[in-house]
Amino acid sequence: MRAWGPLVAAVGENPSALRARGPAAAEIAALWWLMLGLAAAVYAVTIVLLAVASRRAGRYTLRPGHGFVVVCGVAVPAVILVVLMVLTIRTGVATLATDDEPALTVQVEGRQFWWDVRYDDGAVVTANELHLPVGEQVEVELTSDDVVHSFWVPQLHGKLDMIPGRVNRLLLQADEPGVYRGICGEFCGIQHARMHFVVVAEPREQFDAWLEGQRAEAAEPAGDLAAEGREVFLGTSCVACHAIRGETGPNAIGPDLTHLASRRTIAAGMLANNRGNLAGWILDPQSQKQGARMPPTNLEGPQLQALLAYLESLE
Amino acid sequence: MTTVTGDRLEDVWATRPGLVGWLGAVNHKQVGQRFIATAFVFFLVGGVQSLFMRYQLGSPESTFLDPETYNQLFTMHGTTMMFLFAVPIGEAFGIYFVPLMLGARDMPFPRLNAFGYWAYLFGGIFLYSSFLAGSVPDSGWYAYPPLSGPEYSPRSNLDFWLLGVTFVEVSGVIAAFEIVVLILRFRAPGMAISRMPLFVWSLLVTATMILVAFPPLIMGTVLLELDRKVGTGFYDPAVGGDPMLWQHIFWWFGHPEVYIILLPAIGIVSAILPVFTRTRIVGYTFIAAATVAIGILSFGVWVHHMFTTGINLLGLTFFTAGSLLITIPGGVQIFAFIATLWRGRPVFKPPLLHVIGFLVVFVFGGLSGVMVASVPFDWQAHDTYFVVAHFHYVLIGGVLFPVLAGLTYWLPKMTGRLLDDRLGTVAFWLLFAGFNLTFLPQHVVGLLGMPRRVYTYPSGIGWDVYNLLSTVGAFVVAAGMAVFVADVVRSRWRGAPAGDDPWGGNTLEWATTSPPEPFNFRVIPIATTRDPLWDERPLDLAGGPAWRRELAHPVVSRREMVSTSVLDAAPHEVLTLPIHSLWPLGLAAALGVFLIGVMVDRTSIGLVGLAGLAVCVIGWLWSRQDEP
Repeated sequence: MRAWGPLVAAVGENPSALRARGPAAAEIAALWWLMLGLAAAVYAVTIVLLAVASRRAGRYTLRPGHGFVVVCGVAVPAVILVVLMVLTIRTGVATLATDDEPALTVQVEGRQFWWDVRYDDGAVVTANELHLPVGEQVEVELTSDDVVHSFWVPQLHGKLDMIPGRVNRLLLQADEPGVYRGICGEFCGIQHARMHFVVVAEPREQFDAWLEGQRAEAAEPAGDLAAEGREVFLGTSCVACHAIRGETGPNAIGPDLTHLASRRTIAAGMLANNRGNLAGWILDPQSQKQGARMPPTNLEGPQLQALLAYLESLE
Repeated sequence: MTTVTGDRLEDVWATRPGLVGWLGAVNHKQVGQRFIATAFVFFLVGGVQSLFMRYQLGSPESTFLDPETYNQLFTMHGTTMMFLFAVPIGEAFGIYFVPLMLGARDMPFPRLNAFGYWAYLFGGIFLYSSFLAGSVPDSGWYAYPPLSGPEYSPRSNLDFWLLGVTFVEVSGVIAAFEIVVLILRFRAPGMAISRMPLFVWSLLVTATMILVAFPPLIMGTVLLELDRKVGTGFYDPAVGGDPMLWQHIFWWFGHPEVYIILLPAIGIVSAILPVFTRTRIVGYTFIAAATVAIGILSFGVWVHHMFTTGINLLGLTFFTAGSLLITIPGGVQIFAFIATLWRGRPVFKPPLLHVIGFLVVFVFGGLSGVMVASVPFDWQAHDTYFVVAHFHYVLIGGVLFPVLAGLTYWLPKMTGRLLDDRLGTVAFWLLFAGFNLTFLPQHVVGLLGMPRRVYTYPSGIGWDVYNLLSTVGAFVVAAGMAVFVADVVRSRWRGAPAGDDPWGGNTLEWATTSPPEPFNFRVIPIATTRDPLWDERPLDLAGGPAWRRELAHPVVSRREMVSTSVLDAAPHEVLTLPIHSLWPLGLAAALGVFLIGVMVDRTSIGLVGLAGLAVCVIGWLWSRQDEP
């Protein structure tokens, strides 16, 4: 049995579209409740008519004919549908309207089966974790390098597809600090189910501090073990896919690990980021996430301990 | 030749004896029966796949299925239900019952009809042979590139899907073509287009829609197969193609598809309701006009499957309007049905129970459909379990319940045996309760953020209990289907004799024997009202013009049928139909060999298939047998 507590704490407990924490999701949730009310009323009336109609005949003098069909089937629905059309346009426009320039632009690229996240036009690269300043509009540029994915943070906004060869733009805003679960909404292959991410909404100062920290190159390993771990990283297959700024060149085959230790999860929201999970993941990703692009790594015990020490130092 | 009975009509319509006779049979009832039986078998197979999936999702982090198997199962479930069950079952009912309802003796092109069946069967087998090859399609029933393209699905699994689906689509187009010709030119004399049964109207519109919707998909799948086999790159952005092109082509087919499978079901309901309420249908013209309106509007809604692709809001809103608009003809039909029920004296036997189930469930699905037609809400609901719940309400409510209603209504006509009312009632209530238990909770879990097409989900985020309820419900549905199948099997041996007209029907199929004679009607009926059996009982089966007597007592050994004019069904001429042919089977087999050649990249096999195609086409054209 896995302990789920730490993961739920890391990724947020309930990604319900109806627990809106941003203006777009709130607008849509309000639209939902309105439509639910309308639909419930229409359904109730229809079922009552059906029930009355199903009783034995002879009880009623009223015999519905063409007038009944026109009123119930055309006139009443037409009025309701016009109302819905207006609501749809109003809500749609409300989620798009923007008085100000977005506070910042983030690039997110969907990958089988993780998320590449870039700030400052690529000066900051991270993965599977999006930080936002609370109360500010953030423009997220969405694309994909392989197949179609879809970017979805139910508590903040609806989903928008990430399509190879195209860039889609989503305006995201969180009104309350918190941790929200992001989900891949479009089937993208064998591990579509394990393609989640974390959105951390935090006050501006904290966000700035976080971004400043991410902007830095990787810290020099403190201590011999971590230094040895760096050699393991650079000397084995890790470096073929992963980049650590300051130590390696750019490499976007796998997630950037420059500040891995600062992240809440590994394996795209699947595992809480702790030493045990990291060790298991490095040695044998396939047993936990069959079909993930990361191959198993063959490391001796001491090598693994050193590597873990190094990775855990990448705050 | 079969046993000579001395009656020329019976002799010329008899099927040849033995296996060859069976394989070469071209009569619409044999073809229709095979279509219905095959579609039902595929339905059961697709249903079993869903049980595996539901068992897997019954608990979080289950390891019952691995992700690869799960993805294969949901792909094959969707493909099977849409391509191998829902479309064929509608056409199958059409092939069997439209000629009977029109007073015709067969389809206009019996050999083509037989070819349509074999193409369907072989296409289905082709798709399922992927299990034997260990390379099962796993990119969803909609196969979006690039995931389905050469780079991300390098094995043969998508070739099985593309070629198999194309095979089946060809069958669908052929059946549609025949149904249109049949309905326009082979109605009983006097059955003006304004007197056709509503079931026939629904099939006419459905078949026309197939002719418009399927050829583009066939083209789209051929382009994708070319991308995969010869690297054309129609859908590859790296060389100037666009994955969005596939999405537009697929949904241009894919949304009309929903109504293609829905309209025959509406037609079945329109056929059953008057008979089981002992009254004429209310709003015949409204229902027929609504059917035509749905057929047209359904081609203006495809982008509502693409609300999250980044198309601008103004563009999307047009498709919201189109999608909302289509609920109006839908509403007209529903309230015409309710009015009919109201005016009549309902007889609550299984056919009517299933019709009531249809109304209760389908209206619910229609309302959730209105919700997802709203662009902003769909941004949240799209590709979640909310949508899964919505379209199962529409498809199970709108198609499965009417199909089961149709089977309980018409099976006695096909077999001459009645089903058991008690078993039918038990099956209905199990299905109805199990269905709602399965799919009602899925609306909720979708709103709670659970996406579709996931083989597992994390624990502790509120999704567990809804999934467990769903899984329990799925097994209740399975129990209901088991009772239904048991009832059908039981009736085969133990069912009470049905007689010609067990329900007191209004349309011409009830004027003949159960099961019908191979020629359907010895004397071609003449229809002068919409409910001929109610207005003209007994039917006038004597007299009339000379051709009518000659068709009843032919002087030559030919299968003869009378064609009529398009609008008012005035008798036009007597045509001769072919009676037996193995070439349809041969042609379908040759096509299969060709596709296998494409599949395994063996030119030699492909050429053998092409040569076979040529031989069969020539044989078909030169060997027409009009006399026994």
